[in-house]
Amino acid sequence: MPESILTITIIVIKILAIMLPLMAAVAYTTLIERKVIGYMQLRVGPNRVGPKGLLQPIADALKLMCKEFIIPTGSSRFLFLLAPVLALGPALAAWAVIPFGSEMVLADINAGLLYVLALTSLGVYGIIIAGWASNSKYAFLGAMRSAAQIVSYEIAMGFSLVGVLVAAGSLNLGDIIEAQRGSLGILNWFWLPLLPLFFIYFISGVAETNRAPFDVSEGESEIVAGFHVEYAGMAFALFFLAEYANMILISALTAVLFMGGWLSPFSWVPDGIHWFFAKTGLFLFLFLWFRATFPRYRYDQIMRLGWKIFLPITIVWVMVVAAMVVWKIPPWFSS
Amino acid sequence: MFEQVLFYAFSGLVLFAAVMVITVKNPVHAALCLVLAFFSSSGLWLLLEAEFLAITLVLVYVGAVMVLFLFVVMMLDINIAELREGFASYVPVAVLVAVVMLALLSTIVGHVNFGVDSIQGVVPHASDYSNTKALGMSMYTDFIWPFEIASVILLVAIVAAITLTLRKSRQTKSANPSNQVAVESSDRVRLVKVPSEPQE
Repeated sequence: MPESILTITIIVIKILAIMLPLMAAVAYTTLIERKVIGYMQLRVGPNRVGPKGLLQPIADALKLMCKEFIIPTGSSRFLFLLAPVLALGPALAAWAVIPFGSEMVLADINAGLLYVLALTSLGVYGIIIAGWASNSKYAFLGAMRSAAQIVSYEIAMGFSLVGVLVAAGSLNLGDIIEAQRGSLGILNWFWLPLLPLFFIYFISGVAETNRAPFDVSEGESEIVAGFHVEYAGMAFALFFLAEYANMILISALTAVLFMGGWLSPFSWVPDGIHWFFAKTGLFLFLFLWFRATFPRYRYDQIMRLGWKIFLPITIVWVMVVAAMVVWKIPPWFSS
Repeated sequence: MFEQVLFYAFSGLVLFAAVMVITVKNPVHAALCLVLAFFSSSGLWLLLEAEFLAITLVLVYVGAVMVLFLFVVMMLDINIAELREGFASYVPVAVLVAVVMLALLSTIVGHVNFGVDSIQGVVPHASDYSNTKALGMSMYTDFIWPFEIASVILLVAIVAAITLTLRKSRQTKSANPSNQVAVESSDRVRLVKVPSEPQE
């Protein structure tokens, strides 16, 4: 019995070692987002709370915690309260299988890639339950838009993951990174042989997280704030946390699947966890850049992009990858 | 010990959720209970070391099928009172159907096939055993024909469903993207030079 208690304690410590930095990262991503978009629009961004505005996320969190929590009349009370939890839960649970370094992973499971795909597809429940339980037409419209969009982009996302799976020959995220190791460094990573899948995966990831330019489920100018229009205080903060945690998750996954995770880009530079963080940060910056640059997509154009453009490209490229693997095209698939 | 606790917890959840699916009044709540039932049965499959099937159950049924279900159920305006009408007159037929189904099910799910003696426990595999690989190998070698035939049938069903919904009507408005992209400024805007009136 003491051994099992020890095991459980170690696992809990590992979970905390992932969760606490992740929460801090989420809080500071909101600040970075406001700063980056501010400078892109020739503004300064928040600079009053603390030195250079560095305490702004803490002030925001305090403000949200002090706010009154309102449950609208006619709403489905239990589901209304459950929805934010369902939004945040999968976004955090998926971090269990992300490899930070060669041995640094919480759960080294065989079907890691499938697990991640299944969990990212669960995030939609928080949104549609929130939209329905609010008993509000704007929230409901946002939820319906989001449900259709996420289901559509999940298919393109799944097919690009099939490409990664064929190329790596494993569902284990650690093995996928090892399969990208080679003497050419950055050229050995999967982004090059899987270039279309790489672009499609990241764009679908932006659509899955409901970020601009695919943020029709929020659509401030059309449906106020979409699915979370009725939420206030901490429940609203949970949706916010979920969105940012999902952004960081998609960035980390893109880094792991296509950019070699913790591998270093040059063969003479040692590998390490800092490379993983640098790559994740790069993709996170792209999220913010997209938001500052692109206007929101029209709804029918989103559907067309997902079904008629991304899906055929991914299917064709999966076959191309399979052919490359079968004929052992160097330098990626020579072994 | 720990596995048994998990097994009873998940089994209890499956049964509870399944009963709730058919007893709750609100169809959206029923659909969400079905989601819970799928989720807990995927937990049971994980206990059987069938991680590929368990995760695929979550991915396909919970992540996609039930989302579309909810999508439809939430949009429907279902009047419960109307559905309850004439409940009494259907009872005899319902009882008959229930009895026949129970008899049929008990012939298969009886103690002969599912008794404690007839089922061996799960043989634990080594940690490098991949359920996904084993499933793929048997599906694409031993069972290639049933697998291919099933997928062709599914493909036919998809084509049929799409053909049924693809109806041109005057109500549907759709934009042609290639026309939209091909538009040039000269098609939309005509710049007219109007000479100003001479000053008096």
